[in-house]
Amino acid sequence: MLRIKGLTKRYRTGDLALKGIDIDVPDGQVMALIGPSGAGKSTVIRCVDRLVEPTSGSIELNDVDIVKLGAGELRRARRRMGMIFQEYALVERLSVMENVLTGRLGYVGFWQSWLRRFPQSDIDEAFRLLERVGLDHMADKRADELSGGQRQRVGICRALIQNPELLLVDEPTASLDPKTSRQIMRLIKELCTERKLSAIINIHDVMLAQTFAERIVGLRLGEIVYDGPPDGLTPAVLTSIYGEEDWSATIRKVDEQAGGPEEDNVLPFEPPRPDRNRLAGLT
Amino acid sequence: MSVAVTASRRWKKPPLIKSAWMRWTLAIGAAVYLALVFQTTPVNWARAWEGLPRGAAFVSAFFPPDFISRWDEIAEGIAESLWMTVVSTVVGIALSVSVGTGAAKNIAPAPVYYFCRAVLAVSRSFQEIILAIFFVKLFGFGPFAGFVTLSFATIGFYGKLFAEDIEDMDPAQAEAVRASGASWLQWINYGVQPQVMPRMIGLGLYRFDINFRESAVIGIVGGGGIGATLNTAFDRYEFSSAAAIIIVIIVIVMLCEYGSGYLRRWVQ
Repeated sequence: MLRIKGLTKRYRTGDLALKGIDIDVPDGQVMALIGPSGAGKSTVIRCVDRLVEPTSGSIELNDVDIVKLGAGELRRARRRMGMIFQEYALVERLSVMENVLTGRLGYVGFWQSWLRRFPQSDIDEAFRLLERVGLDHMADKRADELSGGQRQRVGICRALIQNPELLLVDEPTASLDPKTSRQIMRLIKELCTERKLSAIINIHDVMLAQTFAERIVGLRLGEIVYDGPPDGLTPAVLTSIYGEEDWSATIRKVDEQAGGPEEDNVLPFEPPRPDRNRLAGLT
Repeated sequence: MSVAVTASRRWKKPPLIKSAWMRWTLAIGAAVYLALVFQTTPVNWARAWEGLPRGAAFVSAFFPPDFISRWDEIAEGIAESLWMTVVSTVVGIALSVSVGTGAAKNIAPAPVYYFCRAVLAVSRSFQEIILAIFFVKLFGFGPFAGFVTLSFATIGFYGKLFAEDIEDMDPAQAEAVRASGASWLQWINYGVQPQVMPRMIGLGLYRFDINFRESAVIGIVGGGGIGATLNTAFDRYEFSSAAAIIIVIIVIVMLCEYGSGYLRRWVQ
């Protein structure tokens, strides 16, 4: 359970990025955070991981206030939060395997990690995860040899091998094509269900957010202007988040969603069983 | 009803300096200064002319190069220079890794940063010859003074470029490693080192051949090595031996150059 209370962030430039945000994310919930650029979405998840220091407020992960932690405790808390980044943020000159094992750095000592002598259980888990996303045959490739979709799947493995309780996902589909974007979002959603993870996903694509999240929080200028189910995103709500625009083509039709079988304009939600062939198409 | 006549609009690239007055003042000022400088440069053409045959005699004294009569001394000088080069490059790089890491603004805390930058500035502000003169006074003639000189000079060169390379790294990659709960050393090893490594190897090889060339020069002021041998040859008016030494230096520098170029391409 993640409980954010009165989270405020003022950058050194004086910009007030977050104006007292309150969000509770129960265990196992996948929440999408939407809003225009500069609304503070990235700041929220960076504050949770303390890559950005909050100005005030509290962030409790399972009743531990992350804001108050010292350096050593913060390292231990970070192990429990997996981050998936915009533009993947893989270390390009390290191999796929090394990138995945980066997620274990918080659990092993320096010499062990320096000599790349990770415990066998970590290596087994890394192979299991790579196999799960269809990349186990790429383990010794350098990360910069992979395509965008493949890189993001390595990024997902790196976050999951931390054995996190919470996933923080920052624009996972920002530089991916529409099909790959859907596959990546579906993968994240499936993995969250499998592992009963909660997740905060920052995302620009409203349709993707509606398809893959159980709950949507809309942020505008550092304030929450919407917090509710995906179907509650009416044109009026979107206007309050993003400003005036013609929203008719953006929103998933609520009535069609309610009525019986899935319609064509609803993305087909395949059963959560990834087969290698489908993922191998992501090259 | 009006017929819209669109007059064709003129366009010219905007000048670098906006004010025309300023532009002309600077151009004329520069021209006048150059003219004055050339006029007052003391060139004695008659003397230059007289010097030509003397120069020719001097150059012809180099031929044929004599490798044989002083070969033992040449071999010893080369061995000493190579020793100096290898040891000072290794020691210099080892020292500059820590100084350079401290001098990277994005990863070092402010006091460490300013201290390391000061070390680099001191190292860089003295030319190798000046350092060599100083260290020869300190440690006496011989290759040890040369080794200290080259190590110290390597810190300034390598440390600065190392620090700049760290500052230019992609922060997102490093941040992702930090977000996993890595300790500082693990963060450097996984997030920073892979990003700077290829360039560091390339620069190390480049510094190796700089150090070899410098080792020939600092020998002249007493830092040992092939430079000392060369200096002795000149002092004894043994120009044919000097020519042999110069040829050996050129060959080794070229070998280093090609070798390091090849290795650098391979590392990238």
